[in-house]
Amino acid sequence: MTTPLQRPRRKNPILRTRQPTAPPATRSRIALGLTAAAARGVFELQVCRDCGTTQYPPREACQNCLSERLFWKPQEGLGELVSETTLHLSYELFFRERTPWRLGMVRLDCGPVLIAHLHGDVPRAPARVKVHACLDKAGQAALFAVPEKETPNMADDKQLREMTCDPKYRKALVTDAKSALGQALVKSLVEAGADLVWAGYAEPWKKFAGFDELKKLPQVALMPLDVTDSKNVRELAAEIGGRVDILVNNAEYHRAYGIANRAGVETARAEMDVNYFGLLRLAQEFAPAMRSRGGDGLSSAVAWVNILSIYALANFPPHGTFSASKAAAHSLAQCLRAEMRPAGVRVLNVYPGPIDDEWNQLLLPPKLAPAALARAVTQALKQGVEDLYPGDLAQEWLARWRDNPKALEREIST
Amino acid sequence: MKVLTELASALAASEIRVVDLTHTLAPEFPQITLPPELGQAWPFRVEEVSRYDERGPAWYWNNFSCGEHTGTHFDAPIHWVSGKDLPNNSVDTIQPERFVGPAFVIDCSKEAAADADFLLKKEHIVAWEKKHGRVAPRSWVLMRTDWSKKWRDPVAFQNYDEEGQHTPGPDIDAVKFLVEERDILGFGTETIGTDAGQAYHLRPPYPCHYYMHGAGRYGLQCLTNLDQLPPTGAMVVAAPLKILQGSGSPLRVLALMESR
Repeated sequence: MTTPLQRPRRKNPILRTRQPTAPPATRSRIALGLTAAAARGVFELQVCRDCGTTQYPPREACQNCLSERLFWKPQEGLGELVSETTLHLSYELFFRERTPWRLGMVRLDCGPVLIAHLHGDVPRAPARVKVHACLDKAGQAALFAVPEKETPNMADDKQLREMTCDPKYRKALVTDAKSALGQALVKSLVEAGADLVWAGYAEPWKKFAGFDELKKLPQVALMPLDVTDSKNVRELAAEIGGRVDILVNNAEYHRAYGIANRAGVETARAEMDVNYFGLLRLAQEFAPAMRSRGGDGLSSAVAWVNILSIYALANFPPHGTFSASKAAAHSLAQCLRAEMRPAGVRVLNVYPGPIDDEWNQLLLPPKLAPAALARAVTQALKQGVEDLYPGDLAQEWLARWRDNPKALEREIST
Repeated sequence: MKVLTELASALAASEIRVVDLTHTLAPEFPQITLPPELGQAWPFRVEEVSRYDERGPAWYWNNFSCGEHTGTHFDAPIHWVSGKDLPNNSVDTIQPERFVGPAFVIDCSKEAAADADFLLKKEHIVAWEKKHGRVAPRSWVLMRTDWSKKWRDPVAFQNYDEEGQHTPGPDIDAVKFLVEERDILGFGTETIGTDAGQAYHLRPPYPCHYYMHGAGRYGLQCLTNLDQLPPTGAMVVAAPLKILQGSGSPLRVLALMESR
């Protein structure tokens, strides 16, 4: 079994912080198919439509029949560890700083043989394993073999923790603790073992339900934070920015209606100010310090979470201006991801369907419970994915959008 | 112009003191709060344009944003539905002489300290006049509550509980008395509105807005330093920004008073 992770010793503040490094990041366009699936937490390989052969590594034509009719298919990942080795010397800076590093050759039950990172609990070869596609510090798919059956403290494995964004012993900022979702996120991070959760709240004179309960949690520190106030964001970043390992931006302004049912631009502007410019302000002030701490030991800066909306993919006209603000935030979050990737800080974009809150009062179920969404976010951090579509409705929209975006646009606007 | 020459001499000799009745426009300063489904006034926000840097090498400047009713601000009659059809009812059309007027300061600080929902009634004003003299026409009546001293603590300044806001203000009979029998220029407070926090429950709701603006009078709110003014004898200069059809504006409110 894995030795449980011990709380890292307090950092000596006068020591140099190690610069982040990343494993090799170059992939062919076809190989990015593996990354695209891993970003959602799925292990996919190409399969030939003509002869049924499963392919590895990703390629243009079937290795068996040369057909070009290959499609990406989710894999169970079960197989056998055939041989293994431990890396002690590497020219790659990322691995050089992390040796010894365990690697093995796995023959999948569906055919291909591949090289995978090996979890410490995988017994010596031959042994049954399950291969996952993780995202590594470069944001690229990396194959990781774990024991077929779960072992105690599995997540604490040294190599696996380099792939995930586990909140355990990390410090997190949740930007809006006033909402039910914000409070559920704070509690979920605490339950996941976060050392400290800063909980932001705007307009402090409007006391919110749940304030006293949050205040009682020893790991929680309530901080006035209004993402529309550049001065406030700048000052909070100056105060705590160098210690935030996980930033969860759930600050949101949400009102119903599109263009025809509401006069003026003020509500739409408020949505943009919180949902889009709020993210921009946070990113300008908090991202630099997080980037500098991407390689800061066991409790490095590791993730930035954006609570977006499935409406970012296709406009939901009854909440039309809100959808537009989330689409803007979605686009900006892609920019942030590109800027954070060299530092190994993952940007997790979350695209929920309607949340069961007061602004979705008039929508029929299914609606996502705030607590369920918070659990999904924490789980996604533990898993290390970068795109999360939590709940049935988001999954359904995603499937329809991937199949035919134009059809989805037409379906939801009638 | 003997008077102005004398004023200049008095200012130069510090015989006239200028008191700033204005809060600093800052993002932390609380703004008026309405139910979240209604339209909202902007709080004060500031974004840096450049600060002797690549965005402008030798100069520093900001863009700011706020509502017409943010911070220490002026209310024009057009702000309320009761004043919507009056002539010269917006900040750009009010005659400029109306921006200067004597101030009568009614000290309600003890009452407000004892009861956050304190309502200033006609009888209080009548009693005050027995002591300090009759409120002159075309003058500002300023309700001193020392509420402005809570400005560092936005929670105390706003003073919300489950039933809403609890801040002092004028009662209906006081407002009608000041408008109809004293012909005042306007009413000023230290709180976030000219009406009390619970004035929604009065009839009509928000009587100071309703009657003052309905009669073409003005409002000043979020004033500070009223404790430095004498009950009578100060002169207030309160000129809002000249916004086209503006319903109000943040402004610098100054009071001139004799130093002695």
